[in-house]
Amino acid sequence: MKISTMKLARPETLYDQATHYCPGCGHGIVHRLLGEVIDELGIREKAIGTAPVGCAVLLYDYINCDIIECAHGRPPAVATGIKRILPDRVVFTYQGDGDLAAIGTTETIHTANRGENITTIFINNAVYGMTGGQMAPTTIAGQWTTTTPAGRGSNQEGPPLKVCELLSTLGGVAYLERVAVSSPKDVRQAKQAIRKAFETQIKGKGFSLVEVLSMCPTDWKQSPKQAVDFVNNQLKQVFPLGIFKDIVP
Amino acid sequence: MAEAAIQAGCRFFAGYPITPQNEVPEYMSRRMPEASGVFIQAEAELSAINMIFGAASAGARCMTSSSSPGISLKQEGISYIAGAELPCVIANVQRGGPGLGNIRASQADYFQSVKGGGHGDYSLIVLAPSTLPELYKLTMNAFDYADYYRNPVLILSDGILGQMVEPIEIRPYEPILDLPEKNYILDGCMGRKSRVIKTLYLHPADSLMQHNIHLAEKYKKICKELQLTEEYETSDAQMVIAAYGITARIAKGAVDLARAKGMKVGLVRPITLWPFPQRDFRKLAKRMKKFLVVEMSNGQFIEDVKLAIECKRPVEFLGWGGGWYPSAENIFEKIKEIQSN
Repeated sequence: MKISTMKLARPETLYDQATHYCPGCGHGIVHRLLGEVIDELGIREKAIGTAPVGCAVLLYDYINCDIIECAHGRPPAVATGIKRILPDRVVFTYQGDGDLAAIGTTETIHTANRGENITTIFINNAVYGMTGGQMAPTTIAGQWTTTTPAGRGSNQEGPPLKVCELLSTLGGVAYLERVAVSSPKDVRQAKQAIRKAFETQIKGKGFSLVEVLSMCPTDWKQSPKQAVDFVNNQLKQVFPLGIFKDIVP
Repeated sequence: MAEAAIQAGCRFFAGYPITPQNEVPEYMSRRMPEASGVFIQAEAELSAINMIFGAASAGARCMTSSSSPGISLKQEGISYIAGAELPCVIANVQRGGPGLGNIRASQADYFQSVKGGGHGDYSLIVLAPSTLPELYKLTMNAFDYADYYRNPVLILSDGILGQMVEPIEIRPYEPILDLPEKNYILDGCMGRKSRVIKTLYLHPADSLMQHNIHLAEKYKKICKELQLTEEYETSDAQMVIAAYGITARIAKGAVDLARAKGMKVGLVRPITLWPFPQRDFRKLAKRMKKFLVVEMSNGQFIEDVKLAIECKRPVEFLGWGGGWYPSAENIFEKIKEIQSN
């Protein structure tokens, strides 16, 4: 059998730089998708991104556009300031679950509700990655983390926060979709969603967010294969994929 | 203050309601749209200061205001803005504390203003107006200092200045410094390399140390170039009152009462609280027999006075904490008490 190989060209928006992410982590895939979408829309020189506190804090080492690194939870407020001053630029935040749905819940909800014309890429891997695997607002019931040693739910932690469902009730939100990067099909859909989110902003329609279910094998104490299975078999049950809001279908 | 900011080209204001500074966001909500600027009533003080972080990074002259408990909340963002060396203006219309305290005038946020407030090794330029005309002028100057030094500037006001009415002459803005081009802003990398604004320095291991040295050198330069004071009746004085802000204005009345009785008393009023005007205080220490510090706190500003004069002269103290202010008569009584000892 003849095996053909294909080398994919690196998007201009991605630096030629190996990432610091762990094997099996989803960040690298999402960075790649972000780079491809920014290239394809031709917006790299108009794009201004925010880097979060968390594993993706070094976003500016990988994504080649103007980027500001923010305090934990505050990227939507910072992005608001930038976008209001430069409304013709394309402004995006890249945030994890602790950043977006715990310490920054206030900023997330009010930025979305004001209909700030920005795009948020939300990485939901159900754990605090950078700090070593503590419970995230999106940790699922029964999930072991370093701060839920008996599984989430045993110490009145409440159920996981469902960000797309929560934000879908807000008037300023234009586009909300939950995707995953745990299979080739999911990755293709994730790219479409990211593209749609940016197009929503370019059309000036309001707040857009793509939630990406992603893998964290290191902090889940799993192999990359097990981590993919965990997303497909467990996270997707709790966080169903799909479009939650789209005012410009 | 709000109009001065508009005149100085401030086109972005984000704030949160808190007494006694509500007049500022209320004015801005009307005035900013007229000036084609942005007004946002933020959902939280933290959000407001981080909107400023964003607006400053995009190159706008921008401002937020609050009062003591709100300023405590803003400290996180202030630390990031100082670390990232972005210009902005922050106004604190001080009220009583700690905690919710009360809504009367106070000067109890002195340490928070001049010694840091947020985490890390940084300094804010701190300006202390004592009248509304001066508040108007210093607000304009604050934007120039912020841009010139790429550093946040804090206007330290209080509940009396925040609530009083006084005539001012509206003067058009003219920059007082030769302002550098903003070659650091994020506006999209059209025709240039991508830029990053950050406060994280991990690699190489000494990069944060180098960044802190760079900041320290900048602060040293500011200390050298920006020490402002006003002196009143000090030429033949033997004792000088040291006070800032509205307290200094009240103390002028006490100086007049003392002078009427033939007492050789003067007043020194720092206009910059950081940098502390050490040069002028040292000069005064050579001529004065005594200092009397008056402040609306139970003892914060006095520490910098003692440091500035290296404790070479006795420093008496009259402190009014808890949201109360002294009258000129109160201060005059203290002067008489000191003179009779």
